[in-house]
Amino acid sequence: MTAEPRLPVEGDAVLRFAPHTRFRFDEVRQAWIVLAPERLMLPDEQAVEILQLIDGKRAVDNVIDELAGRYDAPRDVIAGDVVKMLQDLVDKKVLRL
Amino acid sequence: MTAVDPPLAMLAELTHRCPLRCPYCSNPLELSRASTELDTETWKRVLGEAAALGVLQVHFSGGEPLVRRDLADLVRHAAEVGLYGNLITSGINLDAGRLAELVEVGLEHVQLSFQDADTRSGDRIAGLPGSQEAKRRAARLVREAGLPLTVNAVVHRQNLDRLGEIIELAVALGADRLEVAHVQYYGWALRNRAALLPSREQLDAATAAVEAARKRLAGVLVIDYVLPDYYAHRPKACMGGWGRRFLNVTPAGKVLPCHAAETLTDLDFPTVAEASLSDIWYRSSAFERFRGTDWMPEPCRSCERREIDWGGCRCQAFALTGDAARTDPACALSLDRELLVGARADADETPPDFVYRQYSATSRRSPELVSLAE
Repeated sequence: MTAEPRLPVEGDAVLRFAPHTRFRFDEVRQAWIVLAPERLMLPDEQAVEILQLIDGKRAVDNVIDELAGRYDAPRDVIAGDVVKMLQDLVDKKVLRL
Repeated sequence: MTAVDPPLAMLAELTHRCPLRCPYCSNPLELSRASTELDTETWKRVLGEAAALGVLQVHFSGGEPLVRRDLADLVRHAAEVGLYGNLITSGINLDAGRLAELVEVGLEHVQLSFQDADTRSGDRIAGLPGSQEAKRRAARLVREAGLPLTVNAVVHRQNLDRLGEIIELAVALGADRLEVAHVQYYGWALRNRAALLPSREQLDAATAAVEAARKRLAGVLVIDYVLPDYYAHRPKACMGGWGRRFLNVTPAGKVLPCHAAETLTDLDFPTVAEASLSDIWYRSSAFERFRGTDWMPEPCRSCERREIDWGGCRCQAFALTGDAARTDPACALSLDRELLVGARADADETPPDFVYRQYSATSRRSPELVSLAE
């Protein structure tokens, strides 16, 4: 058994896209897309904004601060949404810690 | 009629040649011979047309795509036109040199089939001694090459009791993903249905094993698993709906809405020699035939799920009722439900021998050995 424990997305975690995962703009659809093994995602506007901040440098807390500033929205509401989405993408191996 | 979106993915069936003889093979009963396969330049044109049409991912499949000597050329071309390239392989005869070449030209991912967790059973189902060991070796090579690995396990009556072991195998091989695919019954699988259809008890135990493993392995192994039609109440949105997301190009160049659609003998599918992929996708009568909801009979037509499951699988409807425009008998509301439910009764009897996949007697007039490219 070589299983490792689940990787929890926490405030100080720095996320990046997993190797062989592509986040790019598709000219045919005029939309952002995520291409990954056995996965193809068409993120909505909010998800695109979050993913555009995933650069392998920013911590999750900084991503949340940035978005909270942009929307003038309660930070804890944004934090809940962002962490939930990022954890899901880590579980799906689209993002890595 | 709502606007038609571009396809998301293309299955490129480069060949029907394969070293394995799985009795549930998704290739048609009448297999294409090497002499009828599209050549390299035609495949490159098709890949270019696919990218321009909006296809994002190309799955190189077969048969066994590694038997094509031009596979690396095609993978390179796919990457150059912006397609995300995935190799769907048996892993037999995959060696480090060949894999390094494929990685070099831009392959992104490998999906490797396993027929079972048990070596003897795996070899028997694949119809090839030594296949299980070759697959383990192939999995190691893929991981050493740094490519993401998906293990694909087709499950049925004769291996479903070992699903827990198949999950452990995937973890031990370092797979990122395990795709557990219940056999779908048309073509070879329908011929072998009595040997393959699991019992309700087997299915319930397997489903419980998957649910437990998903919790335990969160972040380690992603498990894709859907309940099989024969024990479901609602049909699957086959390929996400006819002509909505997906197209398939056969070794001889026929363009299909799904890999089994050639079983629909009353439809005339165009080839890449006759029209561009774009023309075929947006304008061919075959792709229009079951697109959307206008074609639907009752109970589909007035069903609130008509744009969720899109009437289910046309191939299954045709295979069981002889009419591709019927509601998929996988739906509990189908008037033909008994055709599917009735088959469950056999799942407690001793299974008959497999009818292994093979080239038909008529096509044996020009003998040819299945050969693997080095």
